[in-house]
Amino acid sequence: MIPVGFEYVRPDSVDGALALLAEHGEDATILAGGHSILPVMKLRLAAPELVIDIGRLAELNYVRVDGDGDDSWVAIGAGTRHRTVESSDVVAAEVPLLAAVARTVGDPQIRHRGTLGGSLAHADPASDLPAAVLALGGTVVLRSPRGERSVPITGFYTGVFSSVKEPDELIVEVRVPRTGAGSGWAYEKFTRRANDWAIVAVAVVDGRVGMVNMGPTPLRASATEAALAEGASIADAAALADQGTDPTGDLTATKEYRRHLARVLTKRALTTAAGA
Amino acid sequence: MSIMGTRVIRTEDPLFLSRGATYTDDLTDERLIGALHLTLVRSPLAHARITSVAVDEARAAPGVVAVVTGAEVDMAPALLFGGANKAMVRSFLAADKVRFVGEPVVAVLTEEAYQGQDAADLVEVDYDPLPAVIDLHAAATDEVLLFEDAGTNTSNGFGLDAEFDEHLFDDCEVVVTREITNQRLAAASLETRAASAVWTDGRYTLWCSTQAPQSARDEVAGWLGVDSAQVHVITPDVGGGFGAKIGADPEFALVAWLARHTGRPVRWHESRSENMTGMVQGRSQAQTVTIGGNRDGDVLAYRLDVLADAGAYPRLGAVLPLFTRMMAPGVYDIGKVESRARVLVTTTTSIAAYRGAGRPEATAAIERAMDLFAAEIGKDPVEVRRRNLIKPEQFPFTTKGGAPYDTGEYANALDKVLDAAGYPELRAEQKARRERGEVVQLGIGVSVFVEITGGGAFSEDAAVEVHPDGTVTVLTGTSPHGQGHATAWAMLASEHLGIGLDKITVKHGDTDLVPRGSGTMGSRSLQTGGVAVYQAAGELVELAKQRAADLLEANADDLDVADGRVSVRGTDSGVTLAQLAESEPLRVDTNFDSGAPCFPFGAHLAVVEVDVESGKAVVDRIITVDDAGPVLNPVLAEGQRHGGIAQGISQALLEEVVYDEDGNPLTATFADYAFPSAAELPSFTLLDMATPTHVNPMGVKGIGEAGTIGATPAVQSAVIDAVSHLGVRHIDMPTSPLRVWTAINAAAVEGAQ
Repeated sequence: MIPVGFEYVRPDSVDGALALLAEHGEDATILAGGHSILPVMKLRLAAPELVIDIGRLAELNYVRVDGDGDDSWVAIGAGTRHRTVESSDVVAAEVPLLAAVARTVGDPQIRHRGTLGGSLAHADPASDLPAAVLALGGTVVLRSPRGERSVPITGFYTGVFSSVKEPDELIVEVRVPRTGAGSGWAYEKFTRRANDWAIVAVAVVDGRVGMVNMGPTPLRASATEAALAEGASIADAAALADQGTDPTGDLTATKEYRRHLARVLTKRALTTAAGA
Repeated sequence: MSIMGTRVIRTEDPLFLSRGATYTDDLTDERLIGALHLTLVRSPLAHARITSVAVDEARAAPGVVAVVTGAEVDMAPALLFGGANKAMVRSFLAADKVRFVGEPVVAVLTEEAYQGQDAADLVEVDYDPLPAVIDLHAAATDEVLLFEDAGTNTSNGFGLDAEFDEHLFDDCEVVVTREITNQRLAAASLETRAASAVWTDGRYTLWCSTQAPQSARDEVAGWLGVDSAQVHVITPDVGGGFGAKIGADPEFALVAWLARHTGRPVRWHESRSENMTGMVQGRSQAQTVTIGGNRDGDVLAYRLDVLADAGAYPRLGAVLPLFTRMMAPGVYDIGKVESRARVLVTTTTSIAAYRGAGRPEATAAIERAMDLFAAEIGKDPVEVRRRNLIKPEQFPFTTKGGAPYDTGEYANALDKVLDAAGYPELRAEQKARRERGEVVQLGIGVSVFVEITGGGAFSEDAAVEVHPDGTVTVLTGTSPHGQGHATAWAMLASEHLGIGLDKITVKHGDTDLVPRGSGTMGSRSLQTGGVAVYQAAGELVELAKQRAADLLEANADDLDVADGRVSVRGTDSGVTLAQLAESEPLRVDTNFDSGAPCFPFGAHLAVVEVDVESGKAVVDRIITVDDAGPVLNPVLAEGQRHGGIAQGISQALLEEVVYDEDGNPLTATFADYAFPSAAELPSFTLLDMATPTHVNPMGVKGIGEAGTIGATPAVQSAVIDAVSHLGVRHIDMPTSPLRVWTAINAAAVEGAQ
């Protein structure tokens, strides 16, 4: 469990990190919380030549409301720990779904290390937070020496462990619309053990449904959302949740079981959200 | 006041909890200065011929001192378990053929630990793949042989000589038969395997993580081809074993051989990934149970047919079906019992002991069979059990499995858990939930069990010595790795000597200090080693009285020993034990041989909630009687029960080592191998019951494995019970959400037809 040798640098600014990324490209990797990249390196499934540690950059660690009036959102620095997201008063008041989802990631030790940006960048379809941000209709802010761009999360993911993020780009911020504490939301996460990855999970907020592990990327239950918009009952809408999904089979679940779970969890999440 | 039976807090814990224990890999012994670090290149294939091994590039890598292949090792391939098929030997580094993923092929020795994997990655081994053999039924066909010289995949057979009695079930109105799986489990001890060795003055010193240092010494000496006197084993703190660290592993002998070969000390510890394929695993039986009786609920005949997995190279697992057969009828008085077992090699990690070791497999089978029988005749499984229990007046009782049960109060144990659980109320609640068609249904599972403790190794050495400074040393042949012998054995000595625990040190695990011993396994320690310590301390008191009698000019019968002092009854005249030790050593070496095992018993009741939409089962309550006779220290006994129950629940719900059809392990990390955390477990309700045995003078029996034996079938039964109204009769372990959901669907399809 000793990784292949690598160089380690800890730049003191985002600009410093971006310069290094631009110079080394795919030979470099970003280290934030380390809970995804380090196990992969220890198993020698990845062998980056350079590890750029952004874990201590204060300029990436914030939660705030940006914008004005109707055109405002919650902006979260990419280096913000899950623990901060789950305990933030701003998140609790403005996007309570996100706090609830962050609280289900791994265990307390993991949540004190892992970061929102890291979770989104890793692009693991079994991760909780990408599906939550998807349900929220969030935006990923990417920066490189070439400039900054905002990518709606609906267009961010391209496959398992892959996204539109270029090798010289860094996620610097995640923006999510303010739903307010009174919105209808719920997160149904189905696991074998408390700290396992989800077999399937469903995030619901204001009639939008994001699903974990139902395909190579986090997915929206589009058919369910459309049915709800047309006034279908929760039961009828939830029965459509697996339409358009492409789950995989593994040790814990067959494809068909995942589809079944998506329908059951969607029904439960919608029911909870409707009661909120 | 007696210290026996009191809640003494573990004296070893302050150290474990503060600066930490010293495990084999933590050693700073000066004899290990300058040690080389061993990294093993392991087979990525389950079954293959080795066609070439190229090591030149690795030899040139930074820090590499030696790269050793199987062709260079002059230790003869060894039969790792003496009773197995003699052709099923393992090389210390595979030279011709590999038989499981994880088998060591090349040894890389480097100056620094971190250099090892880089060099190992440069070793190129070419393989010619052969078909994997995973399924036990496939192994039994002998179509693909692991050992061509053996001509068979059968390592051992028990009861295979005679055919089954075709009339066994002739008198039965009802006969139920079913194949059930007792799945493969990983011990997953917190400390992985580790060994260090040095060769000096014609002798090996071997530090290793083991549950049985003396047998580790003898095994390693045998593999090295030297006399046991030439091997000195030292066991530092051991971070868990659960049976998987009984004796030595072949890697230990390789470490010792390499130390002599290179002339340098050698250190080795495995990664977690290596541990999950390299360390022996447990269980893995395919069982066919057949049970018959009448519609009143009398069980008249029972048959257990076992295919047991040995893994690639037979280890202790080759003999464990003996226990499974012996305990086949469990707590029941069944007129006709038959069993047999075939032990087969497969291209997988070797099977050996895992907490319970052969007995949980027997209990799971008979308890499942009782449930299936009760379901078939439409009676309450508790009532069917009660009707067939061996009665207290029948003891001592020799079963049709050949086990000489010492004592048993089975109906009492069952009643205690039923009363504590409120069994009728639980059934009423279950009925109500079923009538309301609730999503979360209730299941109730009961097991009544009997097991063997101290089976196989009845004898144990102990020594107690009082020193002139008033301190006491206890030497024991047991080998604690979490059990708390430092506390318990000190209590036993203190009881006789009247000397405080803070002055008593328990030593173990150094084979020069304690040359004879059988280690800690099979729940044997208290009823053998503990009794030996108690006996030694008692004998020391007598010795002290004799010496004091001369000194005090008194009759030894008039002397009392209390608070570490011998005194003449009714006078101020006396002498301390410490003073007696000044002139000549005050030490007793003794041995206790129980000559027989004990058969502790109990009953477990599990209440489980099953979400019938998702299939997920959650244990709500578990209530247990684990009768191990008089309890020396309730804190330690409860700890053993807690750990065992947790592992039992976990086998029933979560854990399974899985291979794909090519023999690739799919559960080689803790992300995939689902052992439990506290979040998956309820609080446990432990009830007291203490029926002494006559097998030893203290009346004590083993407690270490009761939890895995009793809890596993209770929880499995409860899960099935929760969905029995949907037509489900059986779900194999682990009763995962996927399995439960699949079973519900299958029953619905069956019911619709």
